[in-house]
Amino acid sequence: MEKNMKQFFSLGLIKGLLYQFAGTAVGIGLVSIIQAIEKKPFNPEPAWVVGGVIGAMAFMWGVGVLRDWWQQVRGHSVPEPDEVEDQPGARRFFGVSYDHKVIGVQYGITSLFLLAMGGTFALIFRTELVQPGLQLLSYIQFNTLVGLHGIVLIVSILLGTAAIGNYTVPLLIGAKDMAFPRLNAFAFWLAVPAAVLLVLSMPLGGFETGWTGYPPLSVRGPMGIQMFFLGVYFAGWSSILGALNLVATIIRERASGMNYFRMPIFVWAALATSMIAMTATQLIGLSFQLVLFERLLGMPFFDPTKGGNPILFQHLFWFYSHPAVYIFVLPGLGIISELLPVFVRKPLFGYRWVAMSSMGIALTGFLVWGHHMFAAGIEEYLRVPFMYTTLLVAIPTGVKFFSWVATIWQGKLTFPTPMLFVLGGVIVFLLGGLSGPPAATVSTDLHLEDTYFIVGHFHDTMFGGYIFPLFAAIYYWFPKMTGRRMSEKLGKLQFWLMTPAFLLMTLSQMRIGLIGMRRRIADYDPTQGLQVGNILITIAGFVIALSVLVFFINLVRSIRKGEPATGNIWESRSPEWQVPSPAPIHNYAEGFNVVGNPYDYGLEGSQYVEIPNKLPVKIPVEFPTRLLKEVGE
Amino acid sequence: MRHFVIVGFFVAIFTGVIYLLLSNTGLLPAQASQQAVFVDQLFNLHFGLISFLFSLITVFLVYSFIMFRQKPGEKKFGSFFKSSSQLEIIWTIIPLITVIGVAYIGSQNLAEVRKVDPRAMEVKVTAFQWSWQFEYPQYGITTNTLYLPINQQVLFKLTSKDVIHSFWVPEFRLKQDVLPGANLVKELRITPTLLGDYKVRCAEMCGGAHSAMERPVIVVSQTDFEAWVAKESSANTADPVQRGQKLAEIQCKACHSFDGGPSIGPTWKGVFGHEVVLNDGTTLTADEAYLKESILQPAAKIVKGFQNIMPATYKDNLSDQQVNDLITFIKSLK
Repeated sequence: MEKNMKQFFSLGLIKGLLYQFAGTAVGIGLVSIIQAIEKKPFNPEPAWVVGGVIGAMAFMWGVGVLRDWWQQVRGHSVPEPDEVEDQPGARRFFGVSYDHKVIGVQYGITSLFLLAMGGTFALIFRTELVQPGLQLLSYIQFNTLVGLHGIVLIVSILLGTAAIGNYTVPLLIGAKDMAFPRLNAFAFWLAVPAAVLLVLSMPLGGFETGWTGYPPLSVRGPMGIQMFFLGVYFAGWSSILGALNLVATIIRERASGMNYFRMPIFVWAALATSMIAMTATQLIGLSFQLVLFERLLGMPFFDPTKGGNPILFQHLFWFYSHPAVYIFVLPGLGIISELLPVFVRKPLFGYRWVAMSSMGIALTGFLVWGHHMFAAGIEEYLRVPFMYTTLLVAIPTGVKFFSWVATIWQGKLTFPTPMLFVLGGVIVFLLGGLSGPPAATVSTDLHLEDTYFIVGHFHDTMFGGYIFPLFAAIYYWFPKMTGRRMSEKLGKLQFWLMTPAFLLMTLSQMRIGLIGMRRRIADYDPTQGLQVGNILITIAGFVIALSVLVFFINLVRSIRKGEPATGNIWESRSPEWQVPSPAPIHNYAEGFNVVGNPYDYGLEGSQYVEIPNKLPVKIPVEFPTRLLKEVGE
Repeated sequence: MRHFVIVGFFVAIFTGVIYLLLSNTGLLPAQASQQAVFVDQLFNLHFGLISFLFSLITVFLVYSFIMFRQKPGEKKFGSFFKSSSQLEIIWTIIPLITVIGVAYIGSQNLAEVRKVDPRAMEVKVTAFQWSWQFEYPQYGITTNTLYLPINQQVLFKLTSKDVIHSFWVPEFRLKQDVLPGANLVKELRITPTLLGDYKVRCAEMCGGAHSAMERPVIVVSQTDFEAWVAKESSANTADPVQRGQKLAEIQCKACHSFDGGPSIGPTWKGVFGHEVVLNDGTTLTADEAYLKESILQPAAKIVKGFQNIMPATYKDNLSDQQVNDLITFIKSLK
């Protein structure tokens, strides 16, 4: 028993959280002492901000991800990352590991945990909206839940895309690991204290601004907003470093013969996404940091009575937060392009155009942020150029859609669960795409802005561009991670629950938005005719939650009892399926040579890669089947 | 080829059906302003495009699901074709032309929506957590219910006392964020065209009771509006000259100067009792009957050097007393 306790507390995650707690306490104490010396009354806000920062740093120290770097600073030598042995069994998932596949799973678990949490927040406030009037929540609780639903899911999506990128990119390009394994671990672990900080905003008074945090509201509201800012700050830092690592890996670590136009198409998407994340994320960190300073130190960056300008914040904020949308969806669109050829048994149509369209979306994504501000009071002449650039996004997106259709045309389609989610993603993303132009032309947008139409539009893009492809990816690569496959029956049940419910939800959102349902309202006017729509949205929301529950049951069951699948069960040409599952440690013993094109399905005698020694050197320990039990062992 | 004919047929059918559904099921609230007419025209264009593109993609997809599925037990590859630069260029260029067209139409539409009527009535809107206040500078009225005369452009000058709000009447379509700061007063122009009771609803998250930040908007006829103004402003009922001046400030000053300066129409200064030259060369002396006729039937006599552009709407919109007040005011401008 005592040994078990000791084992438990030596887990990196637990140690990190304890350190974070202690660090936060130290920060609070420090500021309190300074305030006491200055004989000022206790002001909790600076205390919590300093506590939050020190706590996050303490987490990083406690989890152990800084240890090797510290050793190097002291002049000691440290082993090469690929020589570091992971902890046995499931323990490796709860502590620092430099293995990209372990980090991928860590990202994935954290992301799914946050997905469940963010979804639950939505269920709570959706229940409130079943009836006009306030029954369940107070205004401030409602507003906080709406904001947290947004930001928690955004962080979940960032971690989810990082999970897929981390797990698959080195496998797809034939690398041993990521270019910077230690940095990779650092980037992942940074996201954990960030998530803790975000949730901490709730007990500290909440925040009322929604995830956009516009001043002056964010300058006035309760102190929870500071934890929100800090959480986003650290999550953004994690995202930048993760992206940097992916870019370096894709540029430097490709297998021999893999030129850029022979990379699996998902790698293009990962590259485009990472380039955005690497260059844009700074702006959201900066904008929130400025508000943090405005609150804490009285620097009036956005206060018009003292020479500031609240619109400046919106420019900084959206300069990240629009491209961020493409950070969320490009990997998902990449997964669609990656999996379609496998399940239609036919080459991806227009490979180069699809690859370039990801880059095109990434580029145009930087030129359109103003469309979030058509009604915000930006100079009138700025609105027209932003209308043109925004509509231009339709072109690379259109290339993707047409290429997908041409890929499917005259294929030989099969419909296992991953394919269902791919196709669901295409159709849902199509709705998201088509509801975009009315919000891109200025005069119609002046009606739509800040209504549920926009809510419906971006839930379409997020589900079509991320959630559906995410599930496709999990069903598709799960055997690669575990050597078992997920239940097809439960998978199909999840799909057929989720898709109709989602369509009902999003179409109802757009419908009531057009009539006049405003965003982020805790209550609505009963005479506006909005109740039926709101009830439908709530019911659909619960059905989606049920479908995700089915997914989690499937996931946990399949880890333990899934049908064994160690071979190339999808008959894919992709290199990771040419080695047994679960994927060997350090991937391919001697790398591989690219000798053909990735998607030449149906071309007689063609091969994408040649793997010199098919037998991996190290067979990994079987994926822990009794996850929780092993943690204590 | 047979495939394409069938798909094309269904694309056409579905495009029509979806378009009819979108444009006829009352997706938008009542159309209560002149600007809403233009906005809805643009919505209609979008509905058309959405119907076509949605049908195009989904019909191709669903047709493929049915026709190109692997039969049970079959393990075949699809037809082997990888790309066609021709096709890719076509589906890059055609959308490019389309979006540039849509953006151009969008700009034209925006210009229509923003069209300035120089005779617009000004209303100062002040937003604060969590209500609205409306000030009519011409009348010296301040209220929290927005009364608007029909068919008269209103120029809202919007400012906030605290955080960012957004001024939105769904039936009028357009919205404008309301910012704090004296240097950040924003403008919005609306011409109500439908009598009725609406609400202005704050559309930008402003904390706390954001959802309850609604105030009534009542669009009334010109006469009812004048009656409301008369009722609201107790100060200006006694003196007909003052009444006339107030009315003239809103209704007439955009085209007629009161101090002899040049404008779109003839100045009112010193016109009463003096000689007027008309565009047919005749002259007359301006008396009460002439002034009254010029207000109610503007086209009857046109002063030399001016165009026949004055709206003939005043005989419906002005009460007899208002006309007399105006004439009394003009008489006072010596």
